[in-house]
Amino acid sequence: MEFEQLANRLAEICPGAIVEKVDLDNPDKPTKDPYVVVAADRIVEVMDKLQTDADLRFDCLLSIGGVDYPDVMPKAKKGQPEPELIPGRFEVVYHMLSTIKNHRFVLKVLLPHDDEPVCPTVSNVYSAANWHERETWDLMGIRFEGHPDLRRILCCEDWVGHPLRKDYVFPKEYHGISAE
Amino acid sequence: MSFGLVPLIAALNVRAAEVAQAGDAGESALRGLFGGSPWAAIPSAIVGFILIFAVAGGLPVILVWAERRGAGRIQQRPGPNRVGPFGLFQTIADGFKLMVKEDIIPARASRALFMLAPGIVLAGVLGAFAMLPLSKNAILVDTDLGVFLIFALLSLGVIGVVIAGWASNNKWSILGAMREAAQMVSYEIPLGICVLVAVMHYGTLNLREMCAMQAGGFAGIENWLICQYIPFGAITFVIMYVALLANTKRAPFDLPEAESELVSGFHTEYSGIRFSFFFLEEYAAMFLVSGVIVCTHLGGWNLPFVSGEFMTGSLVGQILSALVVITKALFLVWVMIWVRWTLPRIRIDQVMNLCYKYLTPISFVCLLAVTLWKPFWGWLGLM
Amino acid sequence: MSQLGDVPTVGNEVVLDVRTQDMEINMGPQHPSTHGVLRVVITADGEIITSARPYVGYIHRCAEKIGESVTYEMFVPYTDRYDYLAAMNNNIGFCMAVEKAADLEVPPRAVWIRMICSELNRIASHLLAFGTYGIDLGAFTPFLYGFREREWILSLFEKICGARLMYSYVFPGGVANDVPDGWFDEVLEFCDVFEKKWRDYDKLLTRNKIFIERTKNVGVVPPEMAREYGWTGPCLRGSGVRYDLREAQPYMYYDQVSFDVPVGRGEMGTVGDCWDRYNVRMEEMLQATRITRQCVQACIRDTNPGEIQGDKPKTLKVKPTEAYVGIENPRGELGHFIVTDGKDTAYRLKVRGPSFCNISILEAMLPGTMLADAVAIIGSIDIVLGEVDR
Repeated sequence: MEFEQLANRLAEICPGAIVEKVDLDNPDKPTKDPYVVVAADRIVEVMDKLQTDADLRFDCLLSIGGVDYPDVMPKAKKGQPEPELIPGRFEVVYHMLSTIKNHRFVLKVLLPHDDEPVCPTVSNVYSAANWHERETWDLMGIRFEGHPDLRRILCCEDWVGHPLRKDYVFPKEYHGISAE
Repeated sequence: MSFGLVPLIAALNVRAAEVAQAGDAGESALRGLFGGSPWAAIPSAIVGFILIFAVAGGLPVILVWAERRGAGRIQQRPGPNRVGPFGLFQTIADGFKLMVKEDIIPARASRALFMLAPGIVLAGVLGAFAMLPLSKNAILVDTDLGVFLIFALLSLGVIGVVIAGWASNNKWSILGAMREAAQMVSYEIPLGICVLVAVMHYGTLNLREMCAMQAGGFAGIENWLICQYIPFGAITFVIMYVALLANTKRAPFDLPEAESELVSGFHTEYSGIRFSFFFLEEYAAMFLVSGVIVCTHLGGWNLPFVSGEFMTGSLVGQILSALVVITKALFLVWVMIWVRWTLPRIRIDQVMNLCYKYLTPISFVCLLAVTLWKPFWGWLGLM
Repeated sequence: MSQLGDVPTVGNEVVLDVRTQDMEINMGPQHPSTHGVLRVVITADGEIITSARPYVGYIHRCAEKIGESVTYEMFVPYTDRYDYLAAMNNNIGFCMAVEKAADLEVPPRAVWIRMICSELNRIASHLLAFGTYGIDLGAFTPFLYGFREREWILSLFEKICGARLMYSYVFPGGVANDVPDGWFDEVLEFCDVFEKKWRDYDKLLTRNKIFIERTKNVGVVPPEMAREYGWTGPCLRGSGVRYDLREAQPYMYYDQVSFDVPVGRGEMGTVGDCWDRYNVRMEEMLQATRITRQCVQACIRDTNPGEIQGDKPKTLKVKPTEAYVGIENPRGELGHFIVTDGKDTAYRLKVRGPSFCNISILEAMLPGTMLADAVAIIGSIDIVLGEVDR
């Protein structure tokens, strides 16, 4: 099935879950892979339906990735009114694959740009999500509510900070080892 | 400390065997050399020990070389060929390297036991060499206990290995030691039964007499145990060989030192000269048990088409006998090496399975068959 | 009359509380058979494992963060380093993602060469998996036999790009060099010789009774469990699911070549056991030889020497967009999700390493197996820690 059909089918079975559908020809959000944006509180339900629905049957959660878009303050221009802060966001991108029906799908959950954005976990639906969410927590700082074991996976247990964030400052030293 | 212990235990072994000998089963050649008095036992024990250490210590040099070259050729690579002609001095160089290494004992290991363990395994094997007949007179301790004493001394190795594993204060070592204890002890059962078959056939435990009794017959081979009681003689040979593979911890039964699983098994924490003791023990044991099975099943010093009197009579014959025994034993050692580099490792529960469910019942059947052989054929009127 | 005094009894049996403790063993970062720096903390009751906790991250080199600060061409050598045994495939995956994001055209000759390199690398990677699996189980010789052929492949790669393991040969828009003279003939010769040698490996290890006993019915992963844990590649096919990206969603010119997709059938034991996964890899090597031959013939027939780089600006700046491309690595689906913002570096680069997803199953799969089986299972999943940690 193509993206349109998948998105429509999803909208049918989870009414109101899809916040936005971004196609290939969207001028503001250019993308080579069309995706849907799902509300954070509906993501578990959507994942469940994706897995079980007979037409969709997405049996494989390929990856969960986080993207950091920090707040942007455009430069003030002479003669123009005060620029407004463009609020940033955290995106959690889910790539799905169906080995049964042989189609792909991309979903996103947009979270506000807090210090610790929270998103419900889908590890009860897809066991593969367990390690992916741990990695997203470790590197991007997105907390997954309900995760059975949310701890760092790639960095050391006592690491401070979330490295993939845009405002991350590399530490000058670690346990007495200097990084200069 | 284990340095001092090895000669002591080996000499004591030899002495104990001499004390156990029952009188006219043949003079210990060395005792005769030093005059017949009981006090001659001490110098003869010391000389005997030096001889054993020379042979059994020198043999592993050749065997390790054979293993490494053999492994190399099987794996399509040359093997060591730099140090000395054909790499013959490689083992000596490696031995020297091991000797000058720092002696590391883990801080929380049990010091005394840690140091004792390699000595125990080596002493057991070296002591057993005394009973191996190279020819009619070239046997260090000619005792009627022969093969029984050999296997009793080899069992010392089990104790040494378990002590080594436990004293290392390392969980991997303990695992290796536990597996090893289970394996070695279990395989002594089919081994013992096959030896029992041989003992029953020859009527003696004395290895020298077993070899002597295998002389003559059709083509000089008929009396070899492997050709007797067809097919049960051959079956006991195979079972005994497999059981000895397991006893000496050789692949495919090398779980106790399973390198890819337990790092190095029970000798993980051993380095330097202590490790070289375990190494020496493995190759000495390989040769020893091959020698034993040659004497019980493969005719000892007898060659086909050569008369037994010649082999046991003249000096030339005696030298030839020694060469024959050594060659046959080396051939069996070569088969051990060949098997090691060809087959994967068997898992511990499958090892136990093999022993108790297959080898032991089959060896029992062989024992029964050999016992009933003559009466059976007699009843059928064919003998 | 009991002479033991005050002893707890149930009926006629004495019930004693023998306090034993499960042993906690560290299959540490340095271990001969964890295929890299993987740490598994195992709690074992004798030989049976009661719980296993894998720890990864020992070789984390923040490739994703580096991707945000170097240009696209400069990032290609970093892609080599995650799955260092299949470096060509990593290069290709990343370059395809960049090409999709930037709408770059790749000339046909470059595509055929990429396919040849990809399949040869698949053979090399599977040969190493075959060899090290033998060593894990105690068979030391197949490793050297496999490496004999692997050396040939590595020398082929050395001829084409100068490197044996970390190629950095494939760049966005094409490949770096054209093939030297005689290279295609040598590749065809290799394919012929390799098919003969493959029979030796098959007899030596695959059909060996002891090997079969060690791997059949061990580490059985039913297809539902495999799907749930996001398994892809030979592991998933070993569990009986016929899904190969080259066949289902062909990229490059895989739709123009014919090949079979081996699937685990439970030939020796249950579907999805270690033997099945291992056998899928063995068979895939033969299929890769088939594909390589067809690619070489097509390349010689259809393309002209020299056209190996498409039209591409000197500094590649990609307009803001997002793209995901997944390709079939020897270990599974290697995915690159790239977010661009008009600069010459990526804004965000997410790498989906198949080994990372495949290994997450250990915690659920190991309890109940024996220690020796743990080694067999980890070996059969065939992970590369560089890809797990990136």
